[in-house]
Amino acid sequence: MTAQQSLATSVSPDAGEVTPGTRPWRDALAVLIANRAALAGLIVIVVMLGFSFLGPLFYHTNQVATDLPASLRPPGGGHPLGTDNEGHDVLGRLMVAGQSSLEVGLAAAAVATIIGVCYGAISGFAGGILDGIMMRLVDGLLAIPTIFLLVFLFTVYQASTLLLVLVIGLVAWLVPARLVRAETLSLRTREYVQAVRVMGGSGRRMVALHIVPNTIGTIMVNATFQVADAILALASLGFLGLGVQPPATNWGAMLSTGINYVYANDWWLIYPPGIAIVLTVMAFNAVGDGMRDVFEVRLRRR
Amino acid sequence: MLSYTLRRAGQGLAVVIVVSFLTFLEAHLMPGSPARAILGVHASQAQIRAFNAENGYNQPVPVQYVDYLDRLVHGNLGFSYQQNQTVAALLGERLPATVLLVGLSVIVALLLMIPVSILQATRRNKPTDYALTGVTFVLYAMPEFWLGLMLIMLLAEKVRAFPPVAPQGNVPQILANPAGLVLPVITLALGSLAAFTRYLRSSLLDNLAEDYVRTARATGASERRVMLRHVFPNSLLPVITLVGLSLPGILGGALITESVFNYPGMGLLYWNSAQSRDYPVMLGVTMVVGLATIAGNLLADLLYAAADPRVRYVS
Repeated sequence: MTAQQSLATSVSPDAGEVTPGTRPWRDALAVLIANRAALAGLIVIVVMLGFSFLGPLFYHTNQVATDLPASLRPPGGGHPLGTDNEGHDVLGRLMVAGQSSLEVGLAAAAVATIIGVCYGAISGFAGGILDGIMMRLVDGLLAIPTIFLLVFLFTVYQASTLLLVLVIGLVAWLVPARLVRAETLSLRTREYVQAVRVMGGSGRRMVALHIVPNTIGTIMVNATFQVADAILALASLGFLGLGVQPPATNWGAMLSTGINYVYANDWWLIYPPGIAIVLTVMAFNAVGDGMRDVFEVRLRRR
Repeated sequence: MLSYTLRRAGQGLAVVIVVSFLTFLEAHLMPGSPARAILGVHASQAQIRAFNAENGYNQPVPVQYVDYLDRLVHGNLGFSYQQNQTVAALLGERLPATVLLVGLSVIVALLLMIPVSILQATRRNKPTDYALTGVTFVLYAMPEFWLGLMLIMLLAEKVRAFPPVAPQGNVPQILANPAGLVLPVITLALGSLAAFTRYLRSSLLDNLAEDYVRTARATGASERRVMLRHVFPNSLLPVITLVGLSLPGILGGALITESVFNYPGMGLLYWNSAQSRDYPVMLGVTMVVGLATIAGNLLADLLYAAADPRVRYVS
């Protein structure tokens, strides 16, 4: 807890109900802007969003019909980044692929965070046998690498954007669940949470209004890393040829096409989507690192 | 130590049961019925009945689960109707190759981690630190398959230093052609290296702020000696746990790396089985990967407890 927050606890009678959205967000923004890596990350994210969602408005390409006579052209002429094996303009394809990569990444992170927070808070608050069972289930799921589960599920089910979001979110909630549980375990013994019980507040009120809002820092940091992980997971799936139905695509699926032409040294199929993935993932990781500096006071001295 | 070992093994066993339950659940997620998914659309009703009777799928679900556990305990991981082999036999060929790949890449990552992190910590906030931190940060964000593709383009196509495809066959055959191992091992190692150095760097910096470092300096120990004899060994211990915790990620990376380089391991087996919808193999591999992770975590925890007695007494 920051100095301002503990000060607020002593003056304001209902300060135990830390409202999310006031202090944490303002603190976060201030420190993020002071932290150069995090600021660069924020800028990259904004640029990537603009490139993917606004870019196609200015740079018109046909990403649906195949144009085989124009396939596999090196960069130059009307195609700044060349064309792929089906004659799609690579620059335009990068934008369309970015839309699905970012959409799925952000939405899957939201799903994972929501599930993880609820699960972790319930498990930590309940304690005892229920907590033990719930956490062993998390341990068991963590033992199976994510990509094995994703490959299995997308072998069984036909992929759609909604399913991608749900499935990637459903295999990614374990880490936030553990983090929130650990914090809940310590928060539920604090005086202000005990005071809610004394005043006759229900368990649900304690968790929803007093415990979860105080884990918001952990949640926000982890959610940012979740976006990066989800984009990587989607890329791996796309690379393995799962998770997209042509003509839809994402950055990983673009690379999966590229691997067939790696021996022909068609570098324009390999570098652009890879760089897009790495830049975006780095950006989210940098913002996450920056936010951790905001919320973990111990680290700020570094 | 014995009581810690037993307690920790008990937890591991509980997780094994959860994993077995999850793979059992996966079998029932298969499209249609397990029989339909495994025998294919052209199977006759009689074949399906025979399959269900043979595999106990006509029993109540709890009984099926107990049967499944019983088969697992006896090393029966299922039967691949497509390849006409037991899953255990298929895994027997492929598992050692994956152990070799994962083992080598963890060793390479650890060996690279030591000099990189020590350099980062001693040159903290200087250009060397920034450069190395930048490189590991990029590697951390890089998907294994893209790293593999770039290594193929640079080191196999342009320079022709290493073959782009892994050697085929069993472990002795792979070892007979070590040049083919280089690119897959590097690909997998660089991914873990990023996570390892991030961790060891901050662990070294934490330890440098401890009182014992001041004491060591006060006795006149050189900075080199303080780092190598005092700070480094203390910072290295938690890395044991980190390696254990990274195992699922490394095994997941192995799946991708193996499919990039056509390396004949368990991950490629899983991926090929996914393409041909060979579900019994997929379930068997999932179970074995889960077991490997749990065993690796258990081993890491026990090693850590052996090295640092404080851990044993914390519940």
